[in-house]
Amino acid sequence: MKSAVLVFPGINRERDMARALRLISGRAPAMVWHADAELPSGTELVVIPGGFSYGDYLRCGAIAARAPIMDAVRGFAAKGGLVLAICNGFQIACEAGLLPGVLMRNAQLRFICRDVYLRVERSDTPFTRGYNAGQVIRVPVAHGEGNYIADGETIARLEGEGRVLFRYASPDGMVDPNWNHNGAMNAIAGIINERGNVLGMMPHPENHVEASMGRTDGRGLFAGLVDHFRRAA
Amino acid sequence: MAAACLPGWWIISGGRRDLPLPKVESDKIGRSPLIRNEPAITPELIAQHGLKPDEYARIIKLIGRTPTFTELGIFSAMWNEHCSYKSSKIHLRTLPTTAPWVIQGPGENAGVIDIGDGLAVVFKMESHNHPSYIEPYQGAATGVGGILRDVFTMGARPIACLNALSFGDPSHPKTRSLVAGVVAGVGGYGNSFGVPTVGGEVRFHRRYDGNCLVNAMAVGIAETDKIFYSAASGVGMPIVYLGSKTGRDGIHGASMASAEFGADAEEKRPTVQVGDPFSEKLLLEACLEIMAADCVIAIQDMGAAGLTCSAVEMGAKGDLGVTLDLDQVPCRETGMSAYEMMLSESQERMLMVLKPDKEKQAEAIFRKWGLDFAVVGHTTPTKRFLVRHGGAVMADLPIKELGDEAPVYDRPFRDTAAKAAIDPASVKPPLTLADALEKLIASSELCSRRWVFEQYDHVILGNTVQRPGGDAAVVRINEGPKALALTADVTPRYCEADPFEGGKQAVAEAWRNLNAVGAKPLALTDNLNFGNPERPEIMGQLVGAIRGIGEAARVLDFPIVSGNVSLYNETNGSAILPTPTIGGVGLLDDFTKSMTLAFKAAGQAILLVGEANGWLGQSVYLRDVCGREEGAPPPVDLAAERRHGEFVRVLIRDGLITAAHDVSDGGILVALAEMAMPAKIGAVLAAPPGIPAHAFWFGEDQARYLVTAPDPDAIARLAKAATVPLARLGVTGGRAIAIDGERPVPVDELRTRFEHWLPAYMAGPG
Repeated sequence: MKSAVLVFPGINRERDMARALRLISGRAPAMVWHADAELPSGTELVVIPGGFSYGDYLRCGAIAARAPIMDAVRGFAAKGGLVLAICNGFQIACEAGLLPGVLMRNAQLRFICRDVYLRVERSDTPFTRGYNAGQVIRVPVAHGEGNYIADGETIARLEGEGRVLFRYASPDGMVDPNWNHNGAMNAIAGIINERGNVLGMMPHPENHVEASMGRTDGRGLFAGLVDHFRRAA
Repeated sequence: MAAACLPGWWIISGGRRDLPLPKVESDKIGRSPLIRNEPAITPELIAQHGLKPDEYARIIKLIGRTPTFTELGIFSAMWNEHCSYKSSKIHLRTLPTTAPWVIQGPGENAGVIDIGDGLAVVFKMESHNHPSYIEPYQGAATGVGGILRDVFTMGARPIACLNALSFGDPSHPKTRSLVAGVVAGVGGYGNSFGVPTVGGEVRFHRRYDGNCLVNAMAVGIAETDKIFYSAASGVGMPIVYLGSKTGRDGIHGASMASAEFGADAEEKRPTVQVGDPFSEKLLLEACLEIMAADCVIAIQDMGAAGLTCSAVEMGAKGDLGVTLDLDQVPCRETGMSAYEMMLSESQERMLMVLKPDKEKQAEAIFRKWGLDFAVVGHTTPTKRFLVRHGGAVMADLPIKELGDEAPVYDRPFRDTAAKAAIDPASVKPPLTLADALEKLIASSELCSRRWVFEQYDHVILGNTVQRPGGDAAVVRINEGPKALALTADVTPRYCEADPFEGGKQAVAEAWRNLNAVGAKPLALTDNLNFGNPERPEIMGQLVGAIRGIGEAARVLDFPIVSGNVSLYNETNGSAILPTPTIGGVGLLDDFTKSMTLAFKAAGQAILLVGEANGWLGQSVYLRDVCGREEGAPPPVDLAAERRHGEFVRVLIRDGLITAAHDVSDGGILVALAEMAMPAKIGAVLAAPPGIPAHAFWFGEDQARYLVTAPDPDAIARLAKAATVPLARLGVTGGRAIAIDGERPVPVDELRTRFEHWLPAYMAGPG
């Protein structure tokens, strides 16, 4: 799997992501500078990692969404290329028009870093084929603006088209306000675009991939992608 | 060096190097018609600069004339307590600072220790107390920014932050907003910068009502042969300004932090800097990139007293003069005077001496990261600090006397009177053991800090092995197998009662917390927070605590490699509790072998390493259950401390125990509860023989650990051989903490109480 990780000024989880990709795919990703206009040739997966691009000044993701490299990413996505956008990456993807909706401040108005439980809603996508539908995984979140909001019509479409891939849930998989730490509508933690090739999610599966560090619940996402490209080849 | 190497600059051919301006007589300094008139130097102006009459007399003697306004500002910046350590220096010199593994002790931006494999740990703790009280979010944020800069200035990539926060009584009207602002500020900076904040401590006490404490610690990793220092070398070398632009924020910040507060604290808000973690992240990446490209001769961050302090330190340490041309300084605002530029504490700025042939390469790197880059001066052979602005010399001062030869005081001090030990039999228990445990676990002193540490990203970089909530955080180095254990500790109520024993205890507790996770303690950083040193009783606390810290550090082979002193933490004559925070660093050879405090399974023996003599003086139990802040604090037997700590480390290394926890605030029963709650496993405990039960369970004797083990007999044999006291307290299991003959306390209810207090408090009004 040939992956490319975008690096904007202020992005800070690019190393975590690069390590996860290297450990699971066996191949280090290309690190692509925001001012570049093109993705490396042969890129199969583009990752927009977490962090505070441009300090999250103005609005989270708003400035990065207009960086030169994002035109190349939009072109890549329009041709069906897979894009994984995590945390600040999810915010950037929304601002860039790759995904609908917006990430507002957490309902409690505080940054929150903790492990959360996600219910995997579908397993028939390239991003979730490493999991079973209904499976509950435990991964960390670390964000101040992760509260997913969209208009009623958009939410209805997302739900109707099965485009919610991850939902905040209790350890036994029940959607419950007590387990929705940021107040997201319908407990949405991750969604895909209409075509199904762009995933945006707030949690950090890349931080739970090593058995020696404790938990490996995040591996399934990356292992599923590797498997997807292997079968496609 | 060749002229071509220094575009825009002048070549020295021995002797003094000057800009091609008309020679200025010293009595005309600052009187150039190009420069607006400066205020006259009056006794009031001198006092406003925090300079005492004898200090001003010293300035006159040193330079042989009246200083200019800019020079007065420079002296006030360099000779204040914060930058000069003038009250503490002679005592700090007594501390042990060396060991075979110490690469750099105090005196640089941060301490450096060798951890093998060609790697070094660079770390330091620093206070940002005064600014945080005045403007909690920005004060705390820039405290984190400043300490991170200290670490990456030396060539290290930061891998973790910790902090120690002290606030006033929860009922004080300012406390809640200070907690909210400081915690958000610490998180706001560290989270955006991208370093995990993995540990620390939070306390509440009425003695911090008028002065909160924010002590921030940063830890980084560098290669041992790529460590960068601040001493300039070579004459005629370009001095380069890097990072953000200079503005009018933070002027006199260091002087403000060197005085006590009166009723006018709120008016000092303009002295607090504004943090920009985004710029700092860019500065980090740019600095590490130009260091890797071998461009740097010397580097110093602009922290307290900004451009003044950084330029003077680089020159003084290198036995060189420095000439600055302020017209080249990138400014955020127009019309800034030399005085303002020299005293601004705008953040995210660096000063470097570059290798002349690498200047273009360095500039290209900085431009790539969108940061300012300007040659603002050069080194000279004169040992003078010369500042030019708008065609005039604004300052011309001897650099050594400003910097490393600044005044030093041997202030009078009075030792704290010794307090009598309290006989445990004389303390009547007002509550049952179960009720007391429930009360303590839900108290502001001992309740869960989750509300705080969840606002800090503690998992970024993917190396956090043990998250906040344990005895010490454990952070893997790169992809292992080595890891660092990190902790920050002090017990101010002990220090207040007996500064010497309290100083010892702070070091011992940090040392113990590192052992408890299986790490070998290597070195510490100290952050000494005290009141006004001009009062002999406060000076006595400082002197006593430093003696205690030194004693413990010597016996435990735990040298001090960096530190910071914050004095004048007083408001209207009321001082904080003496608070010498100790930041400890230890090393684990294999991160997968780190020990945690949670019970692992039912049916395992619970063992106490160390003695239970029921020491109640200055205990949390005596204060929060009995309402008495009295007595001598527990004495620290450093030889026992060492023996017991090394014993526990061996048990962990050899895989003989399944959990370990340092026994500290609240004593054995609180420590047991802390082991039970994360595991949701209870404990069945025998009633203690001999001493009163409440003193046994809540006494705070030192040098103790609780451990659990499937095979206690093997441990008993080892303990006997090592002459380490060991007692079997009971066995894990069930759903309650159940002491024979007492009401069992269900673990889940205890946990609810433990987690309840802080969020409930913070949800309150204000």
